[in-house]
Amino acid sequence: MNFEDFKMNTIQTETVVKVKTIRDEPVIEIHDLKKSFNKQEVLKNVSLKLFNGENLAVIGKSGTGKSVLIKCIVGLLNADGGTIEIFEKKVNTLSRKELGELRQEIGFLFQSGALYDSMTVRQNLEFPLRRTRKNISQKEIDEKVREVLENVGLSDAIDKMPSQLSGGMRKRISLARTIIVDPRIMLYDEPTTGLDPATSNEISSLINEVQKKYKTSSLIITHDIECTRTTANRIIMLKDGEVYLEGNVEDFENSPDPVIKSFFK
Amino acid sequence: MNHVTYLKSYVIYEQEDAPNFVTSKGSDAMKKFTPVINAKGYAKVQSVKLSEKTLAKTVQANNFLTDLADFFLFIERIIKETFSREFEFKEFLRQCFQIGNKSLSLISITGIIMGLVLTIQSRPVLVDFGAVTLLPGMVAISLIREMGPVITALICAGKIGSGMGAELGSMKVTEQIEAMEVSSTNPMRFLVVTRVLAATLMIPLLILYADALGIFGSWVGANIKGDVSFVLFFSQAFSSVTFMDFLPAVIKSFFFGAVIGIVGCYKGYNAGRGTESVGIAANSAVVMASLLVIIIDVIAVQITDMLM
Repeated sequence: MNFEDFKMNTIQTETVVKVKTIRDEPVIEIHDLKKSFNKQEVLKNVSLKLFNGENLAVIGKSGTGKSVLIKCIVGLLNADGGTIEIFEKKVNTLSRKELGELRQEIGFLFQSGALYDSMTVRQNLEFPLRRTRKNISQKEIDEKVREVLENVGLSDAIDKMPSQLSGGMRKRISLARTIIVDPRIMLYDEPTTGLDPATSNEISSLINEVQKKYKTSSLIITHDIECTRTTANRIIMLKDGEVYLEGNVEDFENSPDPVIKSFFK
Repeated sequence: MNHVTYLKSYVIYEQEDAPNFVTSKGSDAMKKFTPVINAKGYAKVQSVKLSEKTLAKTVQANNFLTDLADFFLFIERIIKETFSREFEFKEFLRQCFQIGNKSLSLISITGIIMGLVLTIQSRPVLVDFGAVTLLPGMVAISLIREMGPVITALICAGKIGSGMGAELGSMKVTEQIEAMEVSSTNPMRFLVVTRVLAATLMIPLLILYADALGIFGSWVGANIKGDVSFVLFFSQAFSSVTFMDFLPAVIKSFFFGAVIGIVGCYKGYNAGRGTESVGIAANSAVVMASLLVIIIDVIAVQITDMLM
């Protein structure tokens, strides 16, 4: 084991042990969420809670509605039924302006990274800051950009274009762009998909670091079990658009259910 | 025999007595001939085909009307966002630079060639009629009124329209538009309104620029076989042109610009999910924008003709 692996494992162990979730303070509450596309029911009565300070992993096969779920949470998709409450505000009743304000509290890491191709890394990082904080000075922006790039370990990439970055670097820059506005909730959409195991581990440990450093509550959509084991305080499994099982990593590891076993071999 | 006839024959076979119906063929032929079963099966197949075709046409018609409604709703959203308080002025200037500056070389070459070819083609005829002195005026009027605006707009539809379709389409596919929305930025205002307004402003300027270079190209063409001074050529050209030649052309140029911007953005913004949809968006943006440019031109010519 080299020093980097040792450091990473230490960080992961520390995070899982030290971060305590506040079970009485749900930051996201979802009740009976329904969403269909062309008569195909993707989500059927999904209910879940994300508590303050926890990492909740939502796992399930492809096509079970995991990505649809977080897009409904952030208001990118309108739910057909049910309610989503974030910080006790009902998402579907908010005006566009109120939704914009609420979104400032939420960081969303997209599956593809979604870096703006026409902008450099610096411009990508500055973009959400300038949009959300109108009176911020250039000095403060530079300081923030430097800080988040250091946090994701990519200070040298500041003037590169997204096309010059590898998949893992894009994910990390994307994570930096998300945390630059100090969100209270982080939504990760398949954060390790398409990455090699080593880079996946790096991203997983970054998720833990973000939870620890920025005191975020995170919802991690994934089908990567290693990522789930590393990051999750609690797990919810979706199957056919419904919650199949809820528990912690041990519950899932020890489950005799063949569906769960097929995931946690 | 069409489907309806088969359906009718099926009814007749069912109602009439089969042996009488096939008497001319004799009893042996009657045994071999099983019209009711065959006709029934065929009628069923044909009726299914007919209903499938009808359904497909209905779906096509529905899709067309839905797309049309979507397009007008998109225009309505653009208008609404244009007059909102938080106008993205910096991005608008950046788009003006992108559209204007980056199209300049293409429009320059096209403009010069347009005037050059028009002069080389029409000069011999005018020489035959002894009317070569009318050449500068004729070229100037045809360039300013029609050729300059339409050809430049078609080229812009190809370059700018496809560029917008492809850029916004790839942004959609790679979730960049959604990322923008999550960053508390209205993508409609930031991406679409700025591009549409920039195209509406810059394309008329590019058209005027192409007109000027077209007249210059015409002077070059006139000097290939003849000899006419630059000042004389231009003074003759502009003495034939009136304000009313410019005005309708400039007005329709704004519409050309708007339609190229709107169609390019609409196709890109509503691109599908896969990477192939980026190509489809770019391609259909060019086709639809070019078609609309020509349709607007026909309408503009008719209105100008009625007013003048």
